[in-house]
Amino acid sequence: MLGFVLILLAAFSAATFLFARRRVVSAVATTGERPHSRPHYHGAHGAIWAAVPALIVLALLAVAGPRIVTAVTWADLPDAAPVVEPYRSQFQLDAESVARGAAPSGVGYSAEQRQALDAHAERIQGLNSLLRIGGLIAVFVAGAMGGLYAWARARPAFRARNAVERWVAVVLFACSAVAVLTTLGIVLSLVWESLRFFQTVPLLDFLTGTHWSPQIAIRADQVGSTGGFGAVPLFVGTFLIMGIAMATAAPIGLMAAIYLAEYATSAQRAWIKPLLEVLAGIPTVVYGFFAALTVGPAFRAFFNRIGEMLVGGPFNDLGLYLMGVQNQMALVAGLVMGIMLIPFVSSLSDDIINAVPQSLRDGSYAMGATQSETIKRVVLPAALPGVAGAMLLAVSRAIGETMIVTMAAGLQARITANPLDSVTTVTVQIVTLLTGDQEFDSAKTLSAFGLGLTLFVVTLILNIVALRIVQHYREQYD
Amino acid sequence: MTDRPDHRAAVARRLKQRHAAERRFRLYGLLAIGIAVAFLALLLGRIIEQGHSAFVTHSITLAVPVDASRVDPAYPQGANYDQMAAEALMARLGVDASDPINGRAARDLLSPDMGFQILAQVREDPALIGQTLTIDAPVGDDADLYFKGEISPDTPQDQRSLTDQQIAWLDRLQADGVVESHFNTGLFTRSDSTQPETAGLLGAIVGSALMLMVTALLSIPIGVLAAVYLEEFAPKNRLTEIIEVNINNLAAVPSIVYGLLGLAVFIGWMGLPRSSPLVGGTVLSLMAMPTVIIATRAALKAVPPSIRDAALALGASRTQTVFSHVLPLAMPGIMTGSIISMAHALGETAPLLMIGMVSFVPGVPEGILAASSALPTQIFIWENAAEAAFHERTAAAILVLLVFMIVMNAVAIVLRRRLERRW
Repeated sequence: MLGFVLILLAAFSAATFLFARRRVVSAVATTGERPHSRPHYHGAHGAIWAAVPALIVLALLAVAGPRIVTAVTWADLPDAAPVVEPYRSQFQLDAESVARGAAPSGVGYSAEQRQALDAHAERIQGLNSLLRIGGLIAVFVAGAMGGLYAWARARPAFRARNAVERWVAVVLFACSAVAVLTTLGIVLSLVWESLRFFQTVPLLDFLTGTHWSPQIAIRADQVGSTGGFGAVPLFVGTFLIMGIAMATAAPIGLMAAIYLAEYATSAQRAWIKPLLEVLAGIPTVVYGFFAALTVGPAFRAFFNRIGEMLVGGPFNDLGLYLMGVQNQMALVAGLVMGIMLIPFVSSLSDDIINAVPQSLRDGSYAMGATQSETIKRVVLPAALPGVAGAMLLAVSRAIGETMIVTMAAGLQARITANPLDSVTTVTVQIVTLLTGDQEFDSAKTLSAFGLGLTLFVVTLILNIVALRIVQHYREQYD
Repeated sequence: MTDRPDHRAAVARRLKQRHAAERRFRLYGLLAIGIAVAFLALLLGRIIEQGHSAFVTHSITLAVPVDASRVDPAYPQGANYDQMAAEALMARLGVDASDPINGRAARDLLSPDMGFQILAQVREDPALIGQTLTIDAPVGDDADLYFKGEISPDTPQDQRSLTDQQIAWLDRLQADGVVESHFNTGLFTRSDSTQPETAGLLGAIVGSALMLMVTALLSIPIGVLAAVYLEEFAPKNRLTEIIEVNINNLAAVPSIVYGLLGLAVFIGWMGLPRSSPLVGGTVLSLMAMPTVIIATRAALKAVPPSIRDAALALGASRTQTVFSHVLPLAMPGIMTGSIISMAHALGETAPLLMIGMVSFVPGVPEGILAASSALPTQIFIWENAAEAAFHERTAAAILVLLVFMIVMNAVAIVLRRRLERRW
């Protein structure tokens, strides 16, 4: 139905294009008047006016129509309908399904109710078809009026090009506004759902509590019915893994960037850069798979073996601990994440090191410094703010990274600085809270939005600071 | 010059140290690159090692008599065809079929797919009841792993999933030539399944393709037009500045946050169907848009101002200049950037977990509103599966995903090489 209307509208719009164009062409031929715009602009103007008002009406109908029908019929449900919620709402929903020709839900209705349901469905159906016919007429009236308006204006003196270009400008602006709308959508949805969460769990408890166990009992008498929403263990786990990742990525990425920028010949660069780009292009789920099934078991075997050797010796307790180390540990997730970040750090640092002017290096060489001395004493200090910005961006990536930690870090929320322990992170908890089927309104699912908001705010601050530094620094030497 | 010899020696010694430090520093740089490249080789090598075996599978050809006394022609799906197949297998091996332990062991070697195939044939043609059907079906997942050498007869019996007796049977079947190894077409013609031997990627590939289509249709036009506005039309004022800062920050927002947005807005408020390619594609397009915008702006910046000046001097309006001259010239760069960002979107997993694309979907999605999985989430699902045979399939799915991404990137590189213009 909708598709048919859209096709019809497209055909009408195309026809208006041809008519408006022809009208101008023939007017020019008969009067010899010089037109302001070329004929296809008149055509395009006609096509726009034929389509846009009708489309707006159509969109309004599609959004508001079902709601109007629901509101009107909900206001006078038949007397036989169940009085108690949620059965009353279910009755309405069932009537709407029946009206659509679908089967009602499995709720058992009495014969009287069933009769009322059918009558109610019929009413809804009647309203629906009324709305559909009315809407169809409204759409065609809107289209016809728009088309007529444009057709009437299709005269040689009309500045059709300017009019069309104004439309183009509106469309272009609307497209770039989508970016702002996205941010707005993120902020609003996170804040809205988080507010609902913070109504049950105070913000301060969330940010400073040290007990995380989001399982809320369904019945009040269940054991452990309190549920804990103290996010500190998650922050600690996130920072532990981020720390390990940065300890891996920062030195390796920076040294790789220095080598690429200062030492590598162009032939070497031609090989190394694409390889690093491949490393950067591998999806994180692949890193996660690798961490979980290759690095994790390998590290576990390694530490267990060391533990076996230590048991019975002076480090007996340490040996026993190492023997119990599991696949899922902070070290594995952090290390693999660090490897993932190497190309990110190196390509950003590479740009920044290249932006340091050659004259600084030449000055240093002229004083007799070797290349490495120049790099350490001149290039790196000059590049330091930019490199720091790149590291901050990497930190923000590490905090927000999800798949590697989900697959390799584990679920135990605990406060520890031991890299061999299994820890959990903010992103892991968001994933575990929101995957699987659960109702949308419990504190458990809403807490994921609280975590998401925290994550968004932290990464946003890091990004803004880092981008400022990087951009400011790039301009400095331009 | 009155250099004292010991002073000179000190300088020479220091110089030697400094040169040694220089060599060391250089080595660190090489080492860093070496680590990164070695890791890349290790990662790819390990995944190929784990995954290559999934591209081969073993199937068994078995003549199964369909016992007319056990099949009700009016209700053919009620019969236990797996048991009939297992009995046929035991008859072939000359094993006592009345022993339930034997029956179970034999059934475990066959895939349930065999039973499904018999049922399908019987349903099609009820006259087949009572006759003997020759069925070609995959072997069970553990038997398949054994034929590939991944279950070794040397490991003690209690540490492997096949008994000594089952292994002896499999050896005999292979010696008889009823077991055949061939390319695993099922990996590409079947969808997800609870049985590893019949699980394939078709549903995930179609889901990913549908999703990518939605992403491309939304993010490329909107992103390109937004970039055109910001680069060519936007006045320098507070509003456009806010938009620019916004876009740079959006590119760095963690992907999981986009998933939360999709869950709250598209599924929660708008009521679009969960797990559908439409929602997934929309979320991915929001993520891909900043990169498309950034790539398009770079391509537009690369078009020299003289082109714009020439068009404007000939009386073209700004819109005409941009759409007839600048944009066509920037097209190669825009296309390359768009394809690369689409390849990136293809590998994105975290936001898809949020919008429910991790549910078990056994068929091929019928449209953009139907429940579906995607390649990266399929990898995530299979990685979590308990059966060992799923692990090789996970690696194989990764290889398929990587091949798609490599192809897309290669297309982008070829386009860039072919169409790139130096001014």
